[in-house]
Amino acid sequence: MAYKTIIGLEIHSELMTNSKIFCNCTTEFGGDINTHCCPVCLGLPGALPVINKKVVEYGIRAGIAFHSDIARETKMDRKNYFYPDLVKGYQISQDNIPLCSGGFIEVEKEDGPKEIRIRRIHIEEDTGKSVHSEDGGSLLDYNRSGVPLIEIVTEPDMNSPEEVKEFLEKLKATLEYIEVSDVKMEEGSLRCDVNINVVEEETGVKTSITELKNLNSFKAVVKALEYEEKRHIELLKEGKENLKETRRWDEVNNETIVMRVKEGAADYRYFPEPDLVKIEIEEEWIESIRKNLPELPHDKKERFMKEYDIPEYDAGVLTQSKYLAAFYEETVKYSDDPKQVSNWIMGDVLRRINDEEIEIKDLKFTSKDLGELLKLIEDGKISNNIGKKVLRDMFDTGKSPSTIVKEKGLIQISDEGALKEIVEKVIKNNEQSIMDYKNGKNRALGFLVGQVMKETRGKANPQLANKLILEIIDEK
Amino acid sequence: MDLINLSATELRRKILNGEISSKEVVESYLDRIEKIEDNIEAFITLDREEALKAAEEVDRKIENGDKVGVLAGIPIAIKDNISTSGLKTTCGSKMLENYIPPYDATVIENIKKEDGIIIGKTNMDEFAMGSSTETSYFKTTKNPYDLNKVSGGSSGGSAAAIAACEVPLALGSETGGSVRQPASFCGVVGLKPTYGLVSRYGVVSYASSLDQVGPLAKDVEGIALLLNAITGYDEKDSTSIKKDKVDYLKALDEDIKGMKIGLPKEYFSENVDEKVKGKILEAVEVLKGLGAEVEEISLPYTEYALACYYIVANGEASSNLSRFDGVNFGYRTDDYSNLEELYTNTRSEGFGEEVKRRIMVGTYVLSSGYYDEYYKKAQQVRTLIKNDFKKTFEKYDIILAPTSPILPFNIGDKIEDPLSMYMSDVLTVSVNLAGVCALSVPCGYVEGLPVGLQIIGDSFEEEKILKLAYNYEQNRGIDIEMPSLRSEENGL
Amino acid sequence: MISKKEIEHIANLSKLKFNKDEIEGFAEKFSEIINYVEKLQEVDTKGVETTYQVNPNTQFMREDNVLESFSNEEALSNAPDKQYGYFKLPKILD
Repeated sequence: MAYKTIIGLEIHSELMTNSKIFCNCTTEFGGDINTHCCPVCLGLPGALPVINKKVVEYGIRAGIAFHSDIARETKMDRKNYFYPDLVKGYQISQDNIPLCSGGFIEVEKEDGPKEIRIRRIHIEEDTGKSVHSEDGGSLLDYNRSGVPLIEIVTEPDMNSPEEVKEFLEKLKATLEYIEVSDVKMEEGSLRCDVNINVVEEETGVKTSITELKNLNSFKAVVKALEYEEKRHIELLKEGKENLKETRRWDEVNNETIVMRVKEGAADYRYFPEPDLVKIEIEEEWIESIRKNLPELPHDKKERFMKEYDIPEYDAGVLTQSKYLAAFYEETVKYSDDPKQVSNWIMGDVLRRINDEEIEIKDLKFTSKDLGELLKLIEDGKISNNIGKKVLRDMFDTGKSPSTIVKEKGLIQISDEGALKEIVEKVIKNNEQSIMDYKNGKNRALGFLVGQVMKETRGKANPQLANKLILEIIDEK
Repeated sequence: MDLINLSATELRRKILNGEISSKEVVESYLDRIEKIEDNIEAFITLDREEALKAAEEVDRKIENGDKVGVLAGIPIAIKDNISTSGLKTTCGSKMLENYIPPYDATVIENIKKEDGIIIGKTNMDEFAMGSSTETSYFKTTKNPYDLNKVSGGSSGGSAAAIAACEVPLALGSETGGSVRQPASFCGVVGLKPTYGLVSRYGVVSYASSLDQVGPLAKDVEGIALLLNAITGYDEKDSTSIKKDKVDYLKALDEDIKGMKIGLPKEYFSENVDEKVKGKILEAVEVLKGLGAEVEEISLPYTEYALACYYIVANGEASSNLSRFDGVNFGYRTDDYSNLEELYTNTRSEGFGEEVKRRIMVGTYVLSSGYYDEYYKKAQQVRTLIKNDFKKTFEKYDIILAPTSPILPFNIGDKIEDPLSMYMSDVLTVSVNLAGVCALSVPCGYVEGLPVGLQIIGDSFEEEKILKLAYNYEQNRGIDIEMPSLRSEENGL
Repeated sequence: MISKKEIEHIANLSKLKFNKDEIEGFAEKFSEIINYVEKLQEVDTKGVETTYQVNPNTQFMREDNVLESFSNEEALSNAPDKQYGYFKLPKILD
């Protein structure tokens, strides 16, 4: 039997404006509890919302980046429900006229690119946060209440957890590129709800849709989807019918758990927000946003290939994230060899970043430091191998390469006089090797160079050591 | 000289020329309140100390020759749904019995900026839902002309306070007639400004697309004076409208010769008390005498206005009142074992019957499956009602009508019958739906009870309706006897 | 007449409740009002636009500036219950 998995996403991303969507309170993360609040975001009686222009602008930026149609006239609506996080008993959101409609994100597949369609992008307000108190009550902090969000809804166009991961990575990169969100899933600035079901291709029999919540990382999304995919296929195999339900991912036990079974659709009683009037978006405004949009990943990749003369593969990897691309471009400034920089970043730097599950932003050293390191290598001041050691030190301590090299005395010995003494000493102690070399065993030369390196703890300039050994042997 | 019988503009003149001090004025009114408030019950909260302090401050400014605002030293009562920083704002509800706003509404900021003296907060129907103040959790305000009658509502406290000379000026608020109807019942002047003319920021919302703060006063000049202070575009209220500031006092002196007035036949139907109609027609004669041209007109969608109003207003109200859930301000029940009960019991105990009824109606008309049939339909009918006015104002300057179809009724008469209570708004709600402006000015008495003449103007034509009202007021030839004078005889 | 079940559904959405002796009377008055507003069905509104807002203007959009917020004390000044600077909801047994 062949099965087809059908997945759609609803993504909420906090926008990084200075102030909240409907009031002038700061959106800054952290801060003392309930100190980023005012009558509006506390929902006090009589307080009224006033929309932040930047929020609309960021929404439009996203729409442009994802090839959506931007509404020329839109409005805000109220979504009514009771929840302690929600101060007014309604969320100001958008119902039937979203800011952006349609669009797509392209993901790379083995058999070429695939378009994942976006249904809509709208703007809305975030809710407050609650934590448990030691006596079992809830404690409410409204610093996040009214922080602007965009909600991106996709069509059910993804067919595997892997594709979802690709999609999310692309989405994240783009949102970072256009500078509307810092997209940190772990901190909750990017939240992702997933709808999944599976269809038996031959018979067309489908499972009911499961909605997944509490997915705190891309990894969790993939794992939860893999789990659900299996569970749904199992249901089909057993011929069981499942209910439409919401499940959450339990990271500890690696399984999904039922939160609630959905009985009919919730009645949110949407209606146009009467405290706001219609929002008109002028064509010129859209055009100026389009013109000033930061370079998108695809354009950057093309530029890298041309400007730095690096292979398409390299350019693709380096432009995966805005921060990585910026790191590369910064580093290149200090080096004469863009391909060399690319090799180092794609190799040692990314490997370490992936191993430690950190981001380029979290590095202890700067692009300037890396540039300096590569320059040391290019200039023959240290060897490639020493360079790798220095880089490891930079990861650990954040010290600049010159400091590390100085502290550990790693500068390559390129002074003939100094090295000659060591070479002579090595040759004296290895008469046999000289004989071997003279008898045509070329390997013996390598051994001798190795001995010199050992003697200098790797600091000898290997080319110079090689030359000196040959000179001395010739003399003999 | 009895200060409490002076009009707001007279008080202003005397305070400014140093004839009297603001402190004397405030003290006179506080004495008056002391004497009669138990009978009238117009106030929920009085702010004696702050009022006296503010009055002294204004007196000091005047003494020093400092610049003072247009309301300098005049006491003003504020309807209790307008947020006053540090002063309880209850909306006439148990839900907000102890709620003290940490901020001022924009209109309050404006009044303070103009050196007005806030003397207290007036009684109202709970969350402005009612036409008699009987739905107030705290008290029922009596009609100063007859203590057995209602003062009207929902701004009944503000209207009665003026009629009883407890204060010369007051703010009320309108959603469907809540300033004009009590003004009519209490024999004072009350204005519903054009939607968007006065900021709603800090005014506890009943129905956002209809709500508007309005002034009440003894006379038209008082209305113009207070309107001068409270109007103006406010960035904090997205529904307020940018307009050049107008001096409404200036407009009053012009004559009304050639003004075209329409009398809509639907406002003189068999549902309107004949005696009320009679008084309105007498007023029409006065206006004709002043050179106005009067013709009968028709506003054909009038009969649907009340139904339309109750759907629109309650739909919005059901959402606006969701914030009262016992979580971060206001009343919280003691009786719950889960979150659902906390919500439900808080709201069921904290809201009165009429508020609950309107929330239920509002939820119903917005709920899945009914939205198009009710809410959307009502918004379409609203367009038709708006167009009625638009067409009329293409030809006419003013529409004249009774404010209320009935005379002030007895306390307790209608409170058990919501629909008959709603009917008392039948002649006022259209104005709110259309967003235009209107005022009620006293036009005589029937059986010792006041009757109000409703003067309706197009959007932002406040100058026109004030001018007409002022001309009428100066020439109506009726002895307006404020009940304050009669009350002495009544032993109040 | 609107059914009791329907009233209970609306009450649930509204987070209100009516006890047994209230519900009959409530249902009756509620139905009367709904019957009254049914009147609108008489009006032919085919092709008529809706008016959600009489303000003909378009939305003013403010600049993205940060202004001072409440202090924690001001924010909590009307809290029914508070702890450690938070609004507090008591322990609730679900």
